[in-house]
Amino acid sequence: MRLAHQFAMENDQITADCVEATQFQELASMHGVYSVPRTVVNGKGFLEGSLPETHFLEGILKAADPDANPPN
Amino acid sequence: MIQDEQKKEIQEILAQMEAPVKLVHFTQEINVEFAREGRKLLEELSEISDKLSLEVYNLQIDREKAAEWGIDKVPATAIVGGGGVGGDGAGDNEKDYGIRFYGAPMGYEFSSLLDAIVSVSKGDSGLASETRETLQKLTEPLHLMVFVTPT
Repeated sequence: MRLAHQFAMENDQITADCVEATQFQELASMHGVYSVPRTVVNGKGFLEGSLPETHFLEGILKAADPDANPPN
Repeated sequence: MIQDEQKKEIQEILAQMEAPVKLVHFTQEINVEFAREGRKLLEELSEISDKLSLEVYNLQIDREKAAEWGIDKVPATAIVGGGGVGGDGAGDNEKDYGIRFYGAPMGYEFSSLLDAIVSVSKGDSGLASETRETLQKLTEPLHLMVFVTPT
């Protein structure tokens, strides 16, 4: 969650929710959450596990727009 | 809810705070698991630092407020930069980074909450400059929902 909230601070377009899966079980199963942490991106793409900063960034961008070219 | 030994650790973490931070908490009286525990936990937390304040709203009664903060499920807490001037954080100096915690913040979520409070208080993400540059160029909405469990 730390990276997600850090990302949210860099751009007003970015929002970060930390969702406790056992308290919101329906929402978790709707997003196919079986292991945590899982980061759901724009309600559809996702990223599993805790990742270091650059991997998280790449993973998020790819999950947000699978057809886009990778940055730089 | 917060034990004395924990309180000391929390004090040390919150001592890193710079500007005030406001926790805007939405809850509901009935049919919500851990609603009371969540609220009590945040009340105790906000007493540990005088740079931390808490506002509590009810999802059903304060519907306009809930809509203003984009809250549709509870318990929910927004972490908001309260601005550097004293007083009780009126709208002008607030900075909402779009950081929300859903669920009573116990276990792992609690330490993430403390992290977020300190980051918001510093007004600095702490990310590497290349990451910041990439993120700042984004023009489309990016909504991250991180599912966690207490352990």
